[in-house]
Amino acid sequence: MKHCLVVDDSSVIRKVARRILEDMDFSISEAEDGQQALDACKESMPDAILLDWNMPVMDGLEFLNKLREEEGGDVPLVVFCTTENDVAHIAKAIRAGANEYIMKPFDRDIIEAKFQEVGLI
Amino acid sequence: MTPSEYEFLKQFLKSRSGLVLSDEKQYLVESRLVPVTRRTGHKNLSALIADLGPRGSEELKNTVVEAMTTNESFFFRDKTPFDHFRKTMLPSMLTNRAGSKRVRIWCAAASTGQEPYSIGMCLQEDRGKTGGFRFEILGTDISSEVLEKARMGIYSQFEVQRGLPIQMLLKFFSQQGELWQVAPELRAMVQWRKLNLLQNFSHLGEFDIIFCRNVLIYFDQDTKRDILQRLAKQMPSDGFLVLGAAETVVGLTDAFEPVPDHRGLYRPRKSATTTRAPLGTTSPAQPAKGPVDPLNSPAFQKLRALRG
Repeated sequence: MKHCLVVDDSSVIRKVARRILEDMDFSISEAEDGQQALDACKESMPDAILLDWNMPVMDGLEFLNKLREEEGGDVPLVVFCTTENDVAHIAKAIRAGANEYIMKPFDRDIIEAKFQEVGLI
Repeated sequence: MTPSEYEFLKQFLKSRSGLVLSDEKQYLVESRLVPVTRRTGHKNLSALIADLGPRGSEELKNTVVEAMTTNESFFFRDKTPFDHFRKTMLPSMLTNRAGSKRVRIWCAAASTGQEPYSIGMCLQEDRGKTGGFRFEILGTDISSEVLEKARMGIYSQFEVQRGLPIQMLLKFFSQQGELWQVAPELRAMVQWRKLNLLQNFSHLGEFDIIFCRNVLIYFDQDTKRDILQRLAKQMPSDGFLVLGAAETVVGLTDAFEPVPDHRGLYRPRKSATTTRAPLGTTSPAQPAKGPVDPLNSPAFQKLRALRG
């Protein structure tokens, strides 16, 4: 079973994402901000990370930059999932090493399509 | 909607579009046509159906057919056909058309345009290999409403997130608020035309590659056979036919044979194409009078087959 870390400061979003991803046969862990996510990754690298952009303490982009510098940090496939929906933000995320990008609001079809896109399912 | 109204609607759709509704599709009719009644001002489905009789307006009849036949579409739907396109069909065409350097592609049920644009994106991605070649992509659909959307190439945030890789979104679309529009150079690759597959399409000419996905499923066996046989006539012997994931030619016609290890991909069967009449000699381009071209009706096909 593949493991996905869901990073979002909204507990509602984490819950929705968890339900969708568990149906897709992923095991899930959650983090409320980038710092928590980075700590979790240092302990054990997940296969996938669903990543919000705007969060307290450490935002998604800063987390991604730090993750990719970690040993083994190039392994997780990172899918941004954010209300930031303009070209500048998307391009910045891709340059920082994001593998895919979801513009909120999302649904099951979009998560499935994007996870398929990066080869997770 | 009473059983007799449903029966009338079934006959109406069958004769106008070939759409075959089974007996338990009332829910589909309701979900598609109740929104139409709101637009047209009919007080309910029964009132709408009553206006589809001989004296009903053509505009209303077209609206109903379009509402019932429009399908949801995604960019790179099912993925595999586009892998086959880049890895099998395109290389074959680059070799076989090295002389004419012209490749014609037809999306026979283009809907809101995602399929022709996906093919266009594949061609743009492979531009390095296709130097000097001219690709013509034609998208047709029975519905002028969806074709208008296709031609504009404007999609919602929801639509561009299903099947379209994010890099392709950045490369081939420009953002307009919450909407995304296909780039002009990609839009310029595709021509659009309204077409009912039940009618004669020989005037469109010959196509090297035909995508005809997720439309045959709506027709009965005879109509499927008829359309497939007419598609075969529009195609050179080294052409390709792409059907939807749930569709097949097996048991319907000998005009095509499956390409081994390529699900959904077919080629004209050699014996079938060598005996066909040259293009242009079978039926001249003319507007068909009824929904079914009698020269291409299943009965005529059968007669012709019997007479060899």
